[in-house]
Amino acid sequence: MNPVAQTGLVLSTGEGVLFWVLAPLAVIGALWLLFSRRTVHIAASIAGVMIALAIFYTALEAPFLGVAQVVVYTGAVMMLFLFVIMLVGVDSSESLVETLAGQRWIAVLGGIGLVVLVVGIVVGAKLPDGVGLAQANADTNPVGVARLIFGEFVFSFELTGALLITAALGALILTHRQRLSKRIGQRELADAKLAAFGQGGSSETITVTPSPGVYARHNSADSPALDAFGEPVQSSVPTVLRIRGQEAGVDQLDADRVATIAARGDMKEIDG
Amino acid sequence: MNRIAPMLAPAGPAVDFSQDTIWISVIKAVAIMVFLLISVLFALWFERRLIGRFQQRLGPNVRGPFGLVQSIPDALKLVLKEDITVKGADKLIYIMAPVISVFCAFMVFAVIPFGPEVRIPFTDLVTPLQLTDLPVAVLYILGITGLGVYGIVLGGWSSGSTYPLLGSVRSTAQVISYELGMGLALVSVFIVSGSMSTSQIVSSQQQLWWSIALLPAFVVYILSMLGETNRLPFDLPEAEGELVGGFQTEYSSMKFAWFYLAEYINMLNVSAIATTVFMGGWRAPWPLSAINDGMFNEGWWPLLWFLIKLWGFMFFFVWVRATLLRFRYDQFMHFGWKVLIPVALAWVVAVAVVQGVRQFSGIDLQTILFVLAGLLVLLALVMFFIPEKGAKDKAGGAGSRALTGAGTPTIEPKKDEYFDAFAGGFPVPPLPGQQLPPSKRRARVTTPAAPETDEENSDG
Repeated sequence: MNPVAQTGLVLSTGEGVLFWVLAPLAVIGALWLLFSRRTVHIAASIAGVMIALAIFYTALEAPFLGVAQVVVYTGAVMMLFLFVIMLVGVDSSESLVETLAGQRWIAVLGGIGLVVLVVGIVVGAKLPDGVGLAQANADTNPVGVARLIFGEFVFSFELTGALLITAALGALILTHRQRLSKRIGQRELADAKLAAFGQGGSSETITVTPSPGVYARHNSADSPALDAFGEPVQSSVPTVLRIRGQEAGVDQLDADRVATIAARGDMKEIDG
Repeated sequence: MNRIAPMLAPAGPAVDFSQDTIWISVIKAVAIMVFLLISVLFALWFERRLIGRFQQRLGPNVRGPFGLVQSIPDALKLVLKEDITVKGADKLIYIMAPVISVFCAFMVFAVIPFGPEVRIPFTDLVTPLQLTDLPVAVLYILGITGLGVYGIVLGGWSSGSTYPLLGSVRSTAQVISYELGMGLALVSVFIVSGSMSTSQIVSSQQQLWWSIALLPAFVVYILSMLGETNRLPFDLPEAEGELVGGFQTEYSSMKFAWFYLAEYINMLNVSAIATTVFMGGWRAPWPLSAINDGMFNEGWWPLLWFLIKLWGFMFFFVWVRATLLRFRYDQFMHFGWKVLIPVALAWVVAVAVVQGVRQFSGIDLQTILFVLAGLLVLLALVMFFIPEKGAKDKAGGAGSRALTGAGTPTIEPKKDEYFDAFAGGFPVPPLPGQQLPPSKRRARVTTPAAPETDEENSDG
């Protein structure tokens, strides 16, 4: 039952070393995929297994298949998976709560069935003799693949293309959202702000709001900026600090500052 | 790895690696590593000096002649910094990410031809100046670039912090979008040169560089090459004004140095690909290539041309960085998906059609190009006779256009018209003939000013 003896191929030393180094790595990656809890680890291990397989393909004189696997699956499809996983949540880990009753036992049964099926096929199959790589790769590997795809299998290839385009269109339609109001872009916002200012609105709408600590004695994030009258600008302190009540109050300023602010306030009252 | 069989068909590599023993391969690999490391040190100096010139200052000029060795103390200082592993990090992936980045960056140069077959000095060995070549070498490069993104993405995710995560999400979107444009630009080269092997692409440019024959593809490649390497104006994954440092915010010392190294090697990579695929690779530029029956295209000379072209692209990188500002994210995506990819796609279809007509009907290229040129002239003539749409609106809207500053200065002066300082929502100066309202500040001036003229008044 030795496949090497069957096809008459000889495993060179380099190939042997490559196989015995990469195969355990691929198996470890596959096991990590099964037993890891964090989704990003799972995605990374799938990528690792894919790369190992791609190197095997290349070593088996199918460089186009190997490279296409990396470009399409590892580089694009898995990357999109990672993208989604990361957007769903950084810390999300797989929940092991059984949502469907009896799901686990059905899965185990299905798994055993699959193993029996695969073993049965591998043992019982009678493969035809290989015609040889030299013939398949006569005009280099990509040309050989191209002949098959665009010659013998062109119809199924185009069907697959149509299927993928349909899927993409479906995704576009499902995620499409009719905009109910007009979109307010950077330009429209700026126009509206300036129009409001032109009609006698406050200049704060068109200028940058001060960051915490401007003109104040301290530049820590909790001390509010002071305006032209020496009064604290509450909006300059980050919202989080304001909600938590960690904003520096007037009482936390030094005494002469408080006195100055108080005096200014008096002056304003006299002015008014 | 397995030996690559010499192939006679044009789709395979154009050079013969069958004489290479494992020791020659090792020597070549080490030479490439050393070349890349030295090039990165040089690139740091090169970029800082050039940026200095662009910004009218000197740049590093103290350590060594012209400041040449400035990069070495800088690199040492970086490595000797404290190596921080943040508490919230996913440790394994946090350490793996920079390794992935550097590893992938080093792998691209394996298929870049530095020159033709040369005789190694003091021996009789003849070998191509290239580590290896595959019938799918350029696809291999695309695959490796795709893997390199994992370093950035996993690095950003594993830091367990918001800004790096945002940086890595941006980088994913960016690289996937721009790799499409890049791939399509390369496809037209595959079609015309009939191969994906780098050495074969170089030898197909004997007559004409693809950057001239396939100019649109070259332009698309140049733009997406900037996007791929996260360089200005497309450096959104690490936009320091928005994301602190993007994916590398939480990295320090050696791990940060690896990311930095990978970034610069990637610049060299895309420059080398552009050189090989579009600029004739190691071939001498035209007047030189004609001297003495192609003397400069043989032996070790081509190495020089390759390096000159490579550093030409590096200069372009720095030039762009010194000139352009960063794109806004939506503009950037808009540009990639709605401009670059359609243009590249249309160009690929055009090239495929021309090539197909040429191969299947036997009409020679010259005839096809003449027919195409004739069609274009006809199209231009037809366009000339179609009246321009909306020409009437433009003539009628001269007054409103003047406010936005796009109009020609042919407006009639309007006397004593009311001046609206906020016409159209923006503060605007008065039009010719309009009177400014009297300034409120004038009352405060106590000393008598010089008698005012009309001109001064209307200038505002």
